[in-house]
Amino acid sequence: MSRKNGNYTNNHMGDAAQNGVRDSLAPEEFDRYSRQMIVPGMGKDSQLRLLNSHVLIIGAGGLGCPAAQYITGAGVGTIGIVDGDVVETSNLHRQVGHATSRVGMLKVESLITHLRALNPLPNYVAYPFPISPENAAEVIRGYDLVLDCTDNPATRYLISDICVLLCKPLVSAASVQKSGQLIVLNCPPAPQGLVDNKYAPCYRCCFRKPPPAGSMVSCGEAGIMGPVVGTMGVMQAGEAIKILASGLHLPGSEGGNLREPTLLIYTYELENTIGPFSFRALKMGGRKKNCFACGENSTLTLEGIKGGDPNYEQFCSLPSAKHTLPAEERITASEYNAARISGKLPDGHILVDTREKEHFSFGSIPGAVNVPFGKLLTSAAKIKREGGAGHGILPHGVAEDAPIFVVCRKGLDSQEAVEKLKELGMDNGGKRKITDIKGGMQAWKEEVDPTFPFI
Amino acid sequence: MGDTTASTPTMTAEVEMIPITVDFSGGLEMLFSNQRRHSLEIPATDKDGKPCNIASLIGYLCENTMKDPRRELFVLDDHIRPGILVLINDADWELEGEEAYEIQRGDNILFVSTLHGG
Ligand SMILES: [Zn+2]
Repeated sequence: MSRKNGNYTNNHMGDAAQNGVRDSLAPEEFDRYSRQMIVPGMGKDSQLRLLNSHVLIIGAGGLGCPAAQYITGAGVGTIGIVDGDVVETSNLHRQVGHATSRVGMLKVESLITHLRALNPLPNYVAYPFPISPENAAEVIRGYDLVLDCTDNPATRYLISDICVLLCKPLVSAASVQKSGQLIVLNCPPAPQGLVDNKYAPCYRCCFRKPPPAGSMVSCGEAGIMGPVVGTMGVMQAGEAIKILASGLHLPGSEGGNLREPTLLIYTYELENTIGPFSFRALKMGGRKKNCFACGENSTLTLEGIKGGDPNYEQFCSLPSAKHTLPAEERITASEYNAARISGKLPDGHILVDTREKEHFSFGSIPGAVNVPFGKLLTSAAKIKREGGAGHGILPHGVAEDAPIFVVCRKGLDSQEAVEKLKELGMDNGGKRKITDIKGGMQAWKEEVDPTFPFI
Repeated sequence: MGDTTASTPTMTAEVEMIPITVDFSGGLEMLFSNQRRHSLEIPATDKDGKPCNIASLIGYLCENTMKDPRRELFVLDDHIRPGILVLINDADWELEGEEAYEIQRGDNILFVSTLHGG
């Protein structure tokens, strides 16, 4: 079958990547990949390994888009893309594989449209649904290497577990706000249960437990800088290309990261140019004897995962201790607005908006003052520790008995803020009203002002 | 500040102080005055006279360095909360003895919050 390779036309290449092993390059491929093939260490054999490779990219977002572009450009033979979402305008500042004209389209379709324009030669496979315990093994099975470009802990543990059981190397990256992380796992892959320190770790070896749900999330959405997540995605592609071109993923390979698993972290400071600690390479341990997934006595199986054991959602969503204020301490956004318009708000009242100052800068309810939640909590703790009047939390000039309304982004932080203010005695034993605006600025937009720039 | 707080061997009653740097990354810096690097002088021994280790450093940071009251975002049940990696001189603390690692002069301790977004 491989003898026929000299005659490949454009149309047949996709089939070739699926059905046969390529052992020569078409003229068009020579031209297209020439600049990368002449790099020291690459050459024809490396390029053929890329052409014969199958790479799965899970997530077609901020990591998946840049990663897919370079995987595609480099000439990987078969590229699978998994994502169940559709393109939104707010994706476009970082998800560079989509386009304004494709808002509303499935992300996998949009991205593959972009990739085909870049390089029509690879075979593209679309999986227009989210990865799940039920489908993960089937989707991953046919690939040589997996890129985890997803955005939540539950799928990250799931993907790693399946990669352990199916012996697939995994290139994992993540990014939030101004930070990025990258690690190559399970490379070269070794069967579950083989443990002396010379085998590469899995995701669970490095990150044994997920953070408690909501541990770093306040009411405000975290946000993300395009170049930060983009850098991490491009680096994922870089690692994948190295692994495949050099055969580092093949069992028994002496290369790879087996001796020095490394977590790369990238920190981007808005108020500073690049510096000595912008990138740090951190030394991680090897495969762990007691790892839940790859360790000695692991009971993890593909059948178990498919049947709901372990329960990834539960594992990653430890309950958070949020509660709800009683009804008399709350008011809806439309009630507040009606009182505001008819002049029925209590005299001298103050409206405290606890969103971050970046959110506040786009707009607020008339008269609101900004006291960001973190700052409010910090001042409250200081007053508790060092004594002093709780009043110091509020801006100067507010009367000591002025009723207080509190609003945040979606209505959780504001309730906690009401409780903190009461703890400091600012309700004067119940004589001063402190009221939460239910549902925050999101409710304000829905109930009162549809033009409000809610982010 | 480093000069004035340097250890003075003549005052034997005083606890020896050791200089270290503590870094925060992955968003944890938000809990520490938005400052990524803290150059600290910490007591070489705890109140029971035991050498300062990572466990006592975590307590020290909560008491002295962390101004944000949301302790639960850094510690949980007196241990570092799940989802935070601790690196001692750029190596995972599991390679160095975890909480029991005794802090040495000039050490760099890095706390990184694990990221999941993309
Ligand atoms: Zn493991």
